[in-house]
Amino acid sequence: MITPGLREFLLEAPATDVDADALTPVLAALAQAFTVTAERAGSGTHRRTWLDTFDWRLYRAGLVLEVEQARRGGRLLLSKADGTPQAEQAVTTWPRRPVLDLPAGPVRDRIIVLIWPRALLPIVTAVSTATVTRLLNADGKTVARLVANHATVTAATVAGGDATAAGTTAELPPRLAIAEVRGYPGQARKAASLLADLPGVAQASQSEFTASLTALGRHPADYSSSVEAEITATMPASVAVARLLLRLLDTIENNVDGVLRDIDTEFLHDLRVAVRRTRSAIKLLGAVLPAELAEHYKNEFKWLGDVTTPTRDLDVHLLGFGPMTGELAASPADLEPLRAYLVRRRAREFRRLATALRGPRFRAIIQDWRKALLEIRDASGPRKRRPTAASLAVSTTGLVFRRIAAQGAAITPESPSESLHDLRKRAKELRYLLEFFAPLHDPVAYRKVVGDLKQLQDCLGAFQDSQVQREEIHALADAMLAERAAPAATLLAMGEIAAKLALSQAEARADFARRFARLAGPGGQQHIRILLDGPGQ
Amino acid sequence: MKIFATYNIKGGVGKTTAAVNLAWLSAADGHHTLLWDLDPQGAASFLFRIKPRVKGGGKALIRGTKTLDGAIKGTDFDGLDLLPADFTYRNMDLLLGGTDTKPTRKIAQLLRPLAGEYDHVFLDCPPSISLVSENVMHAADVLLVPLIPTTLSVRTLDQLTGFVAGFNGQRPQVRAFFSMVDRRKKLHQEIIHDLQAERAEVAATSIPSLSMIERMSVERAPVTAFAPRSVAARAYRALWSEIRPAPAAS
Repeated sequence: MITPGLREFLLEAPATDVDADALTPVLAALAQAFTVTAERAGSGTHRRTWLDTFDWRLYRAGLVLEVEQARRGGRLLLSKADGTPQAEQAVTTWPRRPVLDLPAGPVRDRIIVLIWPRALLPIVTAVSTATVTRLLNADGKTVARLVANHATVTAATVAGGDATAAGTTAELPPRLAIAEVRGYPGQARKAASLLADLPGVAQASQSEFTASLTALGRHPADYSSSVEAEITATMPASVAVARLLLRLLDTIENNVDGVLRDIDTEFLHDLRVAVRRTRSAIKLLGAVLPAELAEHYKNEFKWLGDVTTPTRDLDVHLLGFGPMTGELAASPADLEPLRAYLVRRRAREFRRLATALRGPRFRAIIQDWRKALLEIRDASGPRKRRPTAASLAVSTTGLVFRRIAAQGAAITPESPSESLHDLRKRAKELRYLLEFFAPLHDPVAYRKVVGDLKQLQDCLGAFQDSQVQREEIHALADAMLAERAAPAATLLAMGEIAAKLALSQAEARADFARRFARLAGPGGQQHIRILLDGPGQ
Repeated sequence: MKIFATYNIKGGVGKTTAAVNLAWLSAADGHHTLLWDLDPQGAASFLFRIKPRVKGGGKALIRGTKTLDGAIKGTDFDGLDLLPADFTYRNMDLLLGGTDTKPTRKIAQLLRPLAGEYDHVFLDCPPSISLVSENVMHAADVLLVPLIPTTLSVRTLDQLTGFVAGFNGQRPQVRAFFSMVDRRKKLHQEIIHDLQAERAEVAATSIPSLSMIERMSVERAPVTAFAPRSVAARAYRALWSEIRPAPAAS
């Protein structure tokens, strides 16, 4: 109803209600150019809920998704950030809990690639009362409408980053908008300019969604799984490392609730990535931390990584199930026993994981690790002669790069698979180091090195994942046979999967030399040199 | 997109009032609806308080230098838009004749790009037999023919069905209904009774001659909107439920 591109306004009136008195000066101003008349059946209460994934994929793609709830069913409305409609589809009542798969329709078609495999979570619900006034021209024709909206917003129960905000409510200031009638754009502009000149009326700088978040003390995109620690080149290395590790601990904590509720698979994925980054940081940068602390948490985070592995492995199998079965000659029905078996096993593993995450060991890691890191971060003392963040970045990044260059150069077509697996670990460490110290690097040089490295990582990843999955398929076949859960057709289909995996592994291996040369050859060496000349300059 | 056209060779038979009210009812049913006022007199445009003017006139629309889309105006009612009349439509025959190899299919061709936006289009056609009316008949899925209850009306209907039957390819479905009926006149009752019994294409609903319908030009709104409980509004609703497309099976 609100015309995209037309300005919206905030009425500086008592936020309790938009009564006739509050609107009187507005209507008087509009009466200079129009006859104003109340819309018959124009006012009403309506309820809208904005939705997004936990990591704000829609917001980051410049999209806004809301579900408008009516007495009978509702509508999903997808628009651009500026309000331009993109797609809509009818839905039956929207559940209060997150939704993993949208019903088929134009909105689903438009966003599924963007959000998969994440669930859509309710973010904010607004209950608003709208008062509509028609603006008529000399012929008595409606040429624009004034919509005065007064909303109360509530943070959704699954509020994402800050669970304490759930259920918080706030009143938004009354919001005025001029809705255009098709074919009368000039009249709507005229009405908007009359409003703009009015004292007590301010232009709305935020969309209703953003304003709702602000009123609730949140801001859009307040969760990201990337490192983005606040470090500077000159700060002591220990402080920088503590900041990095605290940021990673935040990510772990932010995802625990979603993992335990089993909302979607990416909560566990993000949690695991943060754990891996933490382990790499302790290993590569732990020298600047007290030795006992580093040693203790090296073991604790290894434990945490290990307890999350079985569930994640099964998630990966299940996520790949749809796309993979499409490529096979075997019918999807043949693979159904395998899928059912994976689902059962995952349920079992998930229970174990949940017990661990609710247990004392995990709680102790979270609390004590944070306390120790905060002490390091806030420690004051003589700062002279302590290494800086920049010097730590240069020395460790350079070291790991040289290690990769040497290790990779020794790999020949005859080398065992383990040598590539090992190189993959080093490459991952280099990637993490680059990400940790990203704020200290020149962005252009950073992008070049990461680009080279990513090419190699993709290849090594495809090589190892194919092998691991193939071995798992064999192990699953054994286990299913032992449980008498494997019809012959299913085993044959699993054989076909294993053959496909072997093929992609061979392809990745054939591509290795080219990709390695890009990172460690003269061009790549030049890129890393420029990168490492940067920090601290 | 389903296209309805109100047509009669004679003027003053309740064509425009039918188009205006049926289009309003279609929009009220939740269908995105467009009414194209093709009559240079602009009666439908007047009833919606919209100026009978199109930038560039009929020429720009027919030649395609302006799209229909850009000329459409929103009415005061949700889901109902109007493509206004323009005085230059009086020359539309000449404009259509001067176009391309298929002068009788031009209006159908102009409407095609709107298929994504509208569920129903109503064409309010000027009286007469002309290239415009022939275009309208080719574009329409349903030809709505208001008939005055006179003996001549049978002849009118025969002429029209005969003409449409001669079309190659797609032919519109002809749906006639009696309009401006005076229940007190015995002759009206007899004609209606006989023709409804004989001809399947004649609707069971008749639109009576009522001052409330004439009041539309004072209120400048569909009677279905300003007096929804009136006899007139009820008659249009009954007619719409006879002719509206059955909802698609889910």
